[in-house]
Amino acid sequence: MFKRFDDDTRKVVEIFVDGRPVMAREGDTVSAALFASGLDVRRKTAVSGAPRLPYCMMGVCFDCLVTIDGMGNRQGCLVPVHPGMQIEIQKGKREIGR
Amino acid sequence: MTINRPMRDEYDLAVIGAGPAGLAAASLAAQSGLLTLLLDENQGPGGQVWRAVTSTPVKETRLLGDDYWAGSKLVEEVRASGAEILQGATVWSLDRHLEIGISAGGGSQFIRAERVILATGALERPFPIPGWTLPGVMTAGAAQTALKSSGLIPDGKTVVAGQGPLFWLLTAQILRMGGRIDLVLDTTERRNYLRALPHAAAFLTSPYFRKGLAMMREVRSKVRVVSGVTRIAASGNGRLEEVAYEAGGRSVSVPADLLLLHQGVVPNVNLAMSAGVKHRWDDIQLCWSPVLDANGGTSVEGIAIAGDGAGIGGALAAVERGRIAARAAVEALRPQAGAKVPSMETFRAALAKAERGRIFLDVLFRPSKQFRIPGGDTIVCRCEEVTAQDILDSVAIGATGPNQLKAYRRTGMGPCQGRLCGLTVTELMAEARGKPPEEIGYYRLRAPVKPITLSELASLPKNESATKAVVRG
Amino acid sequence: MTVRADAIIVGGGIHGCSTAVHLCLRGLRPALIERDYAGRHASGVNAGGVRQLARHVAEIPLSVRSMDVWEGIQDLVGDDCGFDSHGQVLVAENDEELEVCRSRVADLNLRGFIHEELIDAKELRRLVPAVAETCPGGIVSRRDGAANPARTTTAFRRRAEQLGTIVREGIAATNICKDGKLWRVEAGGETYEAPVVVNAAGAWGGRIAASLGEPVPVQTVAPMLMITSRVPEFIKPVVILRGRKLSFKQFANGTVLIGGGHLATPYQDTGETILDWRRLQESARTVWELFPVMRNATVVRAWAGIEARTADDLPVIGPSAKHDGLFHQFGFSLHGFQLGPGTGAVMAELIATGNTNTPIDGLRIERFAT
Repeated sequence: MFKRFDDDTRKVVEIFVDGRPVMAREGDTVSAALFASGLDVRRKTAVSGAPRLPYCMMGVCFDCLVTIDGMGNRQGCLVPVHPGMQIEIQKGKREIGR
Repeated sequence: MTINRPMRDEYDLAVIGAGPAGLAAASLAAQSGLLTLLLDENQGPGGQVWRAVTSTPVKETRLLGDDYWAGSKLVEEVRASGAEILQGATVWSLDRHLEIGISAGGGSQFIRAERVILATGALERPFPIPGWTLPGVMTAGAAQTALKSSGLIPDGKTVVAGQGPLFWLLTAQILRMGGRIDLVLDTTERRNYLRALPHAAAFLTSPYFRKGLAMMREVRSKVRVVSGVTRIAASGNGRLEEVAYEAGGRSVSVPADLLLLHQGVVPNVNLAMSAGVKHRWDDIQLCWSPVLDANGGTSVEGIAIAGDGAGIGGALAAVERGRIAARAAVEALRPQAGAKVPSMETFRAALAKAERGRIFLDVLFRPSKQFRIPGGDTIVCRCEEVTAQDILDSVAIGATGPNQLKAYRRTGMGPCQGRLCGLTVTELMAEARGKPPEEIGYYRLRAPVKPITLSELASLPKNESATKAVVRG
Repeated sequence: MTVRADAIIVGGGIHGCSTAVHLCLRGLRPALIERDYAGRHASGVNAGGVRQLARHVAEIPLSVRSMDVWEGIQDLVGDDCGFDSHGQVLVAENDEELEVCRSRVADLNLRGFIHEELIDAKELRRLVPAVAETCPGGIVSRRDGAANPARTTTAFRRRAEQLGTIVREGIAATNICKDGKLWRVEAGGETYEAPVVVNAAGAWGGRIAASLGEPVPVQTVAPMLMITSRVPEFIKPVVILRGRKLSFKQFANGTVLIGGGHLATPYQDTGETILDWRRLQESARTVWELFPVMRNATVVRAWAGIEARTADDLPVIGPSAKHDGLFHQFGFSLHGFQLGPGTGAVMAELIATGNTNTPIDGLRIERFAT
């Protein structure tokens, strides 16, 4: 759906999506990095399990919810990546108490 | 200066939101000697219109345009002003005692201010068409955010649909950066051109006029544009595969990987409403707007609203509204300091100029009914997955307004707290019940206006012993 | 214009609506007047606990009767009201608290009430696996449960209307007075007349009683609640604590409701409440300690509903001590929701027959007479 434009000279940051290494760029939000990764990063809703991807990218729609470093239901579109960040795509209700 | 957490518990002024209005307000207030805290949810200042202006990888000025780079000047100004700037901070509570709950860096805390200026801006109007929840359907603003902050551009089969100034700007920006757009579906109602005509004279002198026209020409020269689109539906198995539309009585389907929707922006009312600020239904902009005095003052003593949150006016108007609200705060708290800054009249004149021709845009780009009030199994509440028909069924058995509807269908009770369904629910119920939207009303909004984890709430520092009590658990 | 009815009910909460339904079932035609909409305040926004557990003995008979009504709620109002019955558990956090539980259950048994049952640590863990391991036991009331309060109140309102109740929402009842044998109430430019008036006005009930010469020591309060986003099912019964202010309940959709009686500031005249986050923080801490699995759950909303709390924490139910045809049904002091369905039945009995078999002596307004 998206690709990076040619003149992006920002530093590469390695993050992990469901355990797979992904090269993000410094300053990316988690959602932007996921879009740019080309991976299937559709989450499943807690209500019906319907697949979703981010809709607004500005913190209002909550369709970007993702588990970041073990903490669930975070808004991927607001959180910047950091080296080594562990991202899990949420499938249904987020498991608590792991 | 940019900080990691508020340096104190009390401020003269807290400004919430670092877009055009918030930057202008914080800067003027701090320059006038008010202890000012600027809170913003994003990683850097700029709001949505100047998103990532200090960090964008898109450095060539031509690509994003002069209006975008104008934001840098204001950012420099606020950074030199002495205001404390806290980025990555979510304000989740504000009450009439002007106590503000802030979540930042994994912890929460409360601060209090003598005055609060809400500059929480706008969000894109819901665009509830069949299939709008499918992966691959998103707002044009979302694509623009990805573009500004990360240099992401569409590379699959892309359709852009809707109307409004931002719609054309985004399309132009994507094309300039080498992104792919296959088709533009313009939903502007043909009869709106006639309706807007009486207001055209004022718009001709607006700063937006020439730029807007140039942008539309630029887009039309590069991409196929279908005008007079009256129906749009997205479909696909688990993700967007096809966009169907109707124009001039003809139905067409095109394959698509990405559909970008936009039909204007509306005030982001959640924080203001949760603080008890009185709002009214705006029949021209078709949204809820706060009831304000000439300085942006609200029904809650000490809280003012500036920028698009005060009613949509665009970035230039937002800057002036921010200055007006800040000057009013200065006059109230440090009357003698007011002499150092330009007079209120100067700002009001600048605001009048920035707002010139606004009504033309409002009338021309008034979204048509079929794109605001869906029917059948089109989802209205994305969080709780409630359809238009579900809502009509609830009305039939006695739900009279959005708050009663919650009991029947949980609309608006998910994490977005009605941001993506509230306007649709009000208008849908108004139509079903044959009542004006004003009478139907809106969700009663409560804090936290953004979700907060139980740990964060539990760990709110109160005093030392309380903090220890938490640590022992 | 004058509207004639068999009874005028002031207040469209669960109590007013339930009384309306039961009056209709007895062949009477009530008019119900609600200044906002049915369930706008406490009845629509409370924690939804359907609880006999841990009640004052004076209201246990009423609560037990109400439980019977709850168990047939679908047939009564044509809606299951979201009622489920997974029990309610009172958790003792230490041996001292467990001892209090033990004597409580023994006392109730002596009085002939058997709905509360003492449980040990093992049974507690079986019922509530997620509770902190340090808790030694508690009390369970197995028939208890929870329902959706707004849906319940709305269902009673709808049923009342279907059965013939004249329902008027969005207008306030004013000038309540007696003229000869008839009560008169002004509302929305009309006059309502009936031989009976029921004061079921919740937080506003105290004002009505006082205006009719029967002052009751009531305070307006607004207990706060908060709810989390959906999490996988981990707890079935409603949990309340013996020692601290906490009630805890997971709905079928996965959301978890956290309450317990910490208070917001009510603004009775505008219907608004201002939340006290310092107190909500205490609730969050208690959950944090007792249910470690909840620590990263997100709180999506908090709110408070306005209601009346009497000086002795018990409701005012029954005929006026001063006026024929006036009946009180208010002051439920944060625990009126479960009582609503049964109290409506008792009120209808009192109004229609002058009597009830359900003991309510400890709840009559006479106890406040000076």
